[in-house]
Amino acid sequence: MTVLDVDISGRRGSFTVRAQFRAEPGVTALFGRSGAGKSTILKMMAGTARPDSGRIAAGSRVLFDSEARIDLPARKRGIGFVFQEDRLFPHLTVRHNLTYGRWAGGRRARRPLEEIVALLGLEAHVDRYPDTLSGGERQRVAIGRALLSEPEILLMDEPLSSLDRERRAEILPYLEAVAAEAHIPIIYVSHETDEVARLADRVVAIDEGRVRAIGTAAEILGDAGEDGGPVAILEGRVTGHDETYGTAIVALGGGTIELSERGLPAGARLRLRIRASDVALATTPHEGLSIRNQLPCVVQAVALEGPFARVMLSFGSERIISRITAKSADALALQPGKPVTALIKAVSVEPARLRPVVGE
Amino acid sequence: MAEAEIGILLLSAKVALAATGFSLIPAFAVAWLLARRRFFGKALLQAVVTLPLVLPPVVTGYGLLVLFGSRGPLGRLLEDLFGMSFAFRWTGAALAAGVMAFPLIVRPIRLSLEAVDRGLEEAASTLGAASPVVFLTVTLPLALPGLMAGAVLGFAKALGEFGATITFVSNIPGETQTLSLAIYALLQTPEGDAAALRLIGLSVLLAVGAVLVSEWVARRLSKGGGDDRA
Repeated sequence: MTVLDVDISGRRGSFTVRAQFRAEPGVTALFGRSGAGKSTILKMMAGTARPDSGRIAAGSRVLFDSEARIDLPARKRGIGFVFQEDRLFPHLTVRHNLTYGRWAGGRRARRPLEEIVALLGLEAHVDRYPDTLSGGERQRVAIGRALLSEPEILLMDEPLSSLDRERRAEILPYLEAVAAEAHIPIIYVSHETDEVARLADRVVAIDEGRVRAIGTAAEILGDAGEDGGPVAILEGRVTGHDETYGTAIVALGGGTIELSERGLPAGARLRLRIRASDVALATTPHEGLSIRNQLPCVVQAVALEGPFARVMLSFGSERIISRITAKSADALALQPGKPVTALIKAVSVEPARLRPVVGE
Repeated sequence: MAEAEIGILLLSAKVALAATGFSLIPAFAVAWLLARRRFFGKALLQAVVTLPLVLPPVVTGYGLLVLFGSRGPLGRLLEDLFGMSFAFRWTGAALAAGVMAFPLIVRPIRLSLEAVDRGLEEAASTLGAASPVVFLTVTLPLALPGLMAGAVLGFAKALGEFGATITFVSNIPGETQTLSLAIYALLQTPEGDAAALRLIGLSVLLAVGAVLVSEWVARRLSKGGGDDRA
């Protein structure tokens, strides 16, 4: 069983991306708005773009490691890539497109061609040329071509974005079939909520080149989660300690946060996980509270989920998610643009060490 | 007379075929460099390749004489190394025709290489193909219509070449006297009009044939070779 481990940072033009996540067999969606950096992260995984630093490993196989100076070319990464456009070879029949990874790529055939052809409903098309197929059929061939190259990881870059609504509806069942029978990690980049909700086992929310939240599709997309809803992910640096009480001060994009953790060296880079259900809100700062962190935030969005409300907050350049009751949200008259104070107990902040970034 | 005409026709075909055949691979290489690579001196290469198209053919022929004549530096080198000589021989006519046809062969190949979607090559490499395999299975087949168009165009140009050929290798019947040179020679003789007319008819036939073939190739190029997805 291959597990994909990604921990990379890099630039694309003036744009900085940083991503750290694990992908187990099944569908992991990289979800975010257009221009959030999802495709750049995917290209870095594929080897068609180069991260500045970090590590990408598929099980025991290292695909990229800036410290060990490993950077496998795309063709040696054992990936299948489905592009936004189908990118079929126009001079080859569907059959020769499907088997390209075998006769030109030297990949060993494990699954019979007929099996994939049946899975994707391409029986009637194998001897036709791509320009005689519809857009949906072409994209199905592209998916089959990637699957037949025997990938250890399947990367899909918004494979439905070039299709109209009807064609999407036509392909989604096939994608579900591929996902259901796949025993490899599938990374699925999309900004479409309905696709992600249908396909993804796990969602990595990306915004401004950074991982903002990781959770199940239900948690990230808004349905009530089982264990406290979505988790916000923040990054910062340790600036000080309180040795007496065993707390650490971490500087973030929007201010500082205190957490209960000993033995973190000053200067260490941290990734902080904060559960939405651990974040309370107040419209004014309070005194006389046990809660150590009172963070000045601005409401970005409020989404009602039955008896609950999910409130997206910006804390400087960081994002925090709060899950409160709908009743509280109404009582506080929360709406986008309203300044609020997020109350977070120091013990609710879970830190994880990040590897140092080269050049910092 | 008919036998002499067949001889002229065969010589012309031999010269044009040799000129085109030996130009194709270097022309493809130059077209690839111009279409795909950025390097120091690219503008210079572009200018040198285009030169035979804009220079008076007589000047190109004289240049060939200076370089490849029996006393020319390159002519002497090739003579010493391979025993190859160009001066006043059909090989010289082929060289002149090849040099004159070169820019016409490079251009369609370059255009077709530029039209090949780089995304397809990227897709091929994610499927495991090494660069030479990507070239042979994706780039070359997609550029093939351009290669064919360049070959037809170059062949037609080589068949009709006159100025550079007569300057470089003169007008020797049976050795360097191709179709155009023979027509010119016949028109210089008082009784030659009728014979010239037959050769003229023959060359018109060849020209129309070449145009039809290149039209057909161009149509296939615009249909299959280019990538129509924006």
